[in-house]
Amino acid sequence: MQLKEIMAMALSSLGANKLRAALTMIGITIGVFSIILVMTAIGALQNSIESGISFLGSNIFQFAKYPVNIDAGGGNVKKKYQNRRNITYQQAVRYDELMQGNASEICLKCFGREIKGQAVYNGVKTPPSLTVVGTNRSFLTANAFTLGYGRNLNDEDVALARNVAVIGKGIEKRLFPHESPLGKVLRMTGHTYTVVGVLAEKGTSFGESQDDFFLMPITRFFENYGEANRTVNIATQPFSTELYTRTLDKGISAMRVARGLKADQDNDFEIYTNDSLKSAFLNVAGVVSIGAFVISFIALVAAGIGIMNIMLVSVTERTKEIGVRKSIGARSRDILRQFLAEAVFISEAGGILGIILGVVGGDLLALWLKVDVIFPYGWAIAGLIVCSAIGIGFGFYPAYRAAALDPIEALRYE
Amino acid sequence: MSQNSTRPVGPLVIDIENITKDYVMGKETVHALRGVSLQIHKNEYIAVMGPSGSGKSTLMNMLGCLDTPTSGRYEFSGKNVAEMNDDELAAIRNREIGFVFQTFNLLPRSTSLRNVELPLIYAGIDPDAREEMAIHVLHEVGLGDRMNHKPNELSGGQRQRVAVARALVNKPSIILADEPTGNLDSKTGEEIMTLFEDLYQRGNTIILVTHERDIAAHARRTVHLRDGLIETDHAGFIPELDLVALDRP
Repeated sequence: MQLKEIMAMALSSLGANKLRAALTMIGITIGVFSIILVMTAIGALQNSIESGISFLGSNIFQFAKYPVNIDAGGGNVKKKYQNRRNITYQQAVRYDELMQGNASEICLKCFGREIKGQAVYNGVKTPPSLTVVGTNRSFLTANAFTLGYGRNLNDEDVALARNVAVIGKGIEKRLFPHESPLGKVLRMTGHTYTVVGVLAEKGTSFGESQDDFFLMPITRFFENYGEANRTVNIATQPFSTELYTRTLDKGISAMRVARGLKADQDNDFEIYTNDSLKSAFLNVAGVVSIGAFVISFIALVAAGIGIMNIMLVSVTERTKEIGVRKSIGARSRDILRQFLAEAVFISEAGGILGIILGVVGGDLLALWLKVDVIFPYGWAIAGLIVCSAIGIGFGFYPAYRAAALDPIEALRYE
Repeated sequence: MSQNSTRPVGPLVIDIENITKDYVMGKETVHALRGVSLQIHKNEYIAVMGPSGSGKSTLMNMLGCLDTPTSGRYEFSGKNVAEMNDDELAAIRNREIGFVFQTFNLLPRSTSLRNVELPLIYAGIDPDAREEMAIHVLHEVGLGDRMNHKPNELSGGQRQRVAVARALVNKPSIILADEPTGNLDSKTGEEIMTLFEDLYQRGNTIILVTHERDIAAHARRTVHLRDGLIETDHAGFIPELDLVALDRP
């Protein structure tokens, strides 16, 4: 018997019990969906990271108090980092001095995470969720921002702790829809700032808006919001890619000097490079993948048992039909194939639906995270193979039972 | 009834010699057939009769190659069936035997045409030839206008005609009909018997298993079974003999 005939028979049998077949199929769909969704989203992120999206500006390395995925470590690890000395502004300035002539950009930045930044101009308010940063002229380069118009912060702003600000595009749109913000004075959290520049639009990255930054000179930031309990992040850009490793080595030495570490003491700061951030991301992605794998596996086994169950019911219901088919010349293997085809069909149809939904869902997630969509061929093919295996694996026993029926008994069955 | 003697005797189709069939039911062994010998030639029309428990069904299953005997010789068109495996038996059923059942046994979700095509699918005939053959046979049984109807859209007589068409489509050596009129009213039953008569006249070999005298009377030869043995085997239907045989407790 040809494959086409077998499939046609399987389809027409399944068509007689559409709801039952569909419900059984959904089990498989859910299992496949969960793994494909996660794998598509992770694949898209990985793809965009590997093809050049950088967490930091190009060739940048950064020193900070906390590692990137501190939350993954658990309580004790977190405490260890919390007990570290902050990187003070004084140390940061010392580092800056030591690195003069060795790097093209040194960005000192301090994020006011606890400040509910809400800018007000002319009675119009932004949401109280601005990212308030005290920094210097190098922030733009170090964080891959570009200036839209106006001017960047400069060394003089920092030296004199001027009340000036460079604002994100989102703030400009909200507060200055019909006029240029340059030279305008706005208020934020009880302080006034003169807008000197506006950043170019950047959109969102990893689900976080990049257009609500509120940059001010780091010195002004400390004056307005206090310096105690704050740690400064230091980003450094070498003169060229070739000098990256040498500059990183120099940077680490300079940092150790600035922190006053003795020769036998370990670094008490974290070094961020694009590579370290990538591998930190990949670690997280790996954990998520394993989680998705386990969930999918459980769901697929449950779905497979569902298929077996429904096929056993189907064999019993169709005992008479099996007898008729055998009496007119169906061989045992024809019956086996027919029932196996039904199980595989349910499984494959569920799998394909799961793959489609998973890819669409994963890519919607990717779009939301502003990375390019992908089609995970490898995972899709693996999904189809696994579904076939489930169909055959769980469908075999019922199909075998059907094939082994005695034609006389089967014909007599009512 | 003397037609039988006027017709030439065709080649031997079924040759059974001293077959037995035992069933083990729990601790007891049931001897369903105790040594049956039977020869059926091409273009015979034979009725197998007998009360329930006589071994009639067992003999029919044996003749239909649904089962193999415990002992004895069974040759079907010269092929030794008694020692065939399941696949070979399936092939014989597919090509040499056309079953007609009391309960029609059509696939309920398939049209008449698809039902009739079914044996051809298992015979591996390609779809176009298949359809053509099925259409031809459906016309032969007078259902040319009911090809795309499903069984539940047909009357009992029409369903049985579809079943007959399905039995005929592979041009089998024998048509094995098990109580073919059992589920039909007597008028429709007569129609089906007329169809069988017609098939017989066109050269088919028909084995009719029945316990109804009126039905058996259509056959040209009558075989009576009792307690797993052939009691009588004679040409035609002889009312005195056959009625007596039937009425005996």
